[in-house]
Amino acid sequence: MNALSIKNLKKTYSNGFMALKGINLEVEKGDFFALLGPNGAGKSTAIGIISSLVNKTSGSVSIFGYDLKTQNAKAKSCIGLVPQEINFNQFETVKNIVLNQAGYYGIPNKQALKNAEKCLKQMSLWDKRDTVSRRLSGGMKRRVMIARALVHSPKLLILDEPTAGVDIEIRRSMWKMMEQVNQQGTTIILTTHYLEEAESLCRNIAIINDGMIVEKSGMSDLLAKVNKDHFVLDLINPINEAPKIEDYECELINQKTLHVTVPKGKNINLLFQQLTEKNITVLSLKNKTNRLEQLFMDLVNE
Amino acid sequence: MNSFIAFYTIIKKEIYRFIRIWPQTLLPPAITTALYFLIFGKLMGDRIGSIDGVSYMNYIVPGIILMSVISHSYANVVSSFYSTKFQRNIEELLVAPIPNWVILFGYVGGGIARGLLVGIVVTCISLLFTHITVNNYVITISVYFLTATVFALAGFINAVFADSFDDISIIPNFVLTPLSYLGGIFYSVSMLPDVWQKISLANPILYMINAFRYGLIGVSDIDIQVSFIITGGFIVFLTLFSLLLLHKGIGIKN
Repeated sequence: MNALSIKNLKKTYSNGFMALKGINLEVEKGDFFALLGPNGAGKSTAIGIISSLVNKTSGSVSIFGYDLKTQNAKAKSCIGLVPQEINFNQFETVKNIVLNQAGYYGIPNKQALKNAEKCLKQMSLWDKRDTVSRRLSGGMKRRVMIARALVHSPKLLILDEPTAGVDIEIRRSMWKMMEQVNQQGTTIILTTHYLEEAESLCRNIAIINDGMIVEKSGMSDLLAKVNKDHFVLDLINPINEAPKIEDYECELINQKTLHVTVPKGKNINLLFQQLTEKNITVLSLKNKTNRLEQLFMDLVNE
Repeated sequence: MNSFIAFYTIIKKEIYRFIRIWPQTLLPPAITTALYFLIFGKLMGDRIGSIDGVSYMNYIVPGIILMSVISHSYANVVSSFYSTKFQRNIEELLVAPIPNWVILFGYVGGGIARGLLVGIVVTCISLLFTHITVNNYVITISVYFLTATVFALAGFINAVFADSFDDISIIPNFVLTPLSYLGGIFYSVSMLPDVWQKISLANPILYMINAFRYGLIGVSDIDIQVSFIITGGFIVFLTLFSLLLLHKGIGIKN
């Protein structure tokens, strides 16, 4: 059984803007799935419809086999949502935010307290349970939203840019938490603008652009489609024009920086050998973009 | 899904909210109504004498209590539900498997609770100025409760349609307050010229105040049965309309 099944989902807003043009998507149970796309592509609309925050125009959505329209309560019970923006009551304490959410899912108080303790400890927020939420840091607020989404033990967790605006240290700790949650059996759908995040966490991926799914495959299959690598070379000595090397595209960015495109299957040693022959010494080398980022750009610009 | 737990969670949250901010919710009506009783009831009332055989102070007590119930049950729901929309906490409710009627009754229940609590505060203040023997407890309590329900529902609808904080103050300032004052709090409609008596009959608050006045001191310008029918009719209509708004997601989705 799929965790999520979307069929021909369309959404046209009242101003006539068609945000979704009939998307089809399936996410397997237990998956860690990335839903990527540029701003305005339709990701948030799709997530809004799945989590009942936006009314669809047509199509169907089912969650663990429950149709969102006809078996609404059962379908909703399976979902936990971590939205893009902070949306809890900033005057409530951390514990009350999580407990109230458990109450909305009909969980009795005794069980809710146990669940809240477990989720807050998992998010390293137990010490902050009696703190009024507006006094928390940005990273803690994000973790409160994850704890709140997990309090009813959802089978499907939707994370809409959960690490947006948090520093790298917190982001990495949140990655660990997400991995743990997924390992415990929760299916995760992640949207993010940090493509290295999607690349390192997710097993499957869909890219949405202009209201349509333009790519859907396994992460490794998708990355295998990358047919070029882009490198930036820092040179020790300045040069005045880009060297001409067969099979490699070289572009001089400035006198001491060279951009090289390496086709798939070509080895990088050959490049260095040719550069050495031309008396060009490389000080350091870095990837211009990561592989997923390059593919993403290619797909959305097609 | 246990709907009772969800209902209890919402209503508990609502009651906790207005009690936490009691200087804004419970204290002002106590001060305002004390001034009403002092100025209109004591200072002016002694010169006015009596209406329908009742001292002016006792005559205005039911209207002032009910006016507080009306304004506070309305204000609680409109401000709370609009803030929930504004801060996007509404998403917590929308993603959860809560039936629409539970959301509605949870917020309306919070409004009723505040209306009734403010009513009790104002009643206690009134007892500092006069002594009232309740004419009919059943009518008094039922009108008290039904009126709070009507205005809590109206506040909910206002909040659903509101797009800014200005939108939640327009109805209370320009509709509710004038209708309350023109609903016979301080006078009997029989004192008005014929044409104004007829116009006053279009004011639903007139029926509620008179029914409450009957329950409390046994005096009314209006048939009590008509008052109950009108109040009940409003509750049914506003409940169905609110549920329709929630079902369609108007003002809260997209």
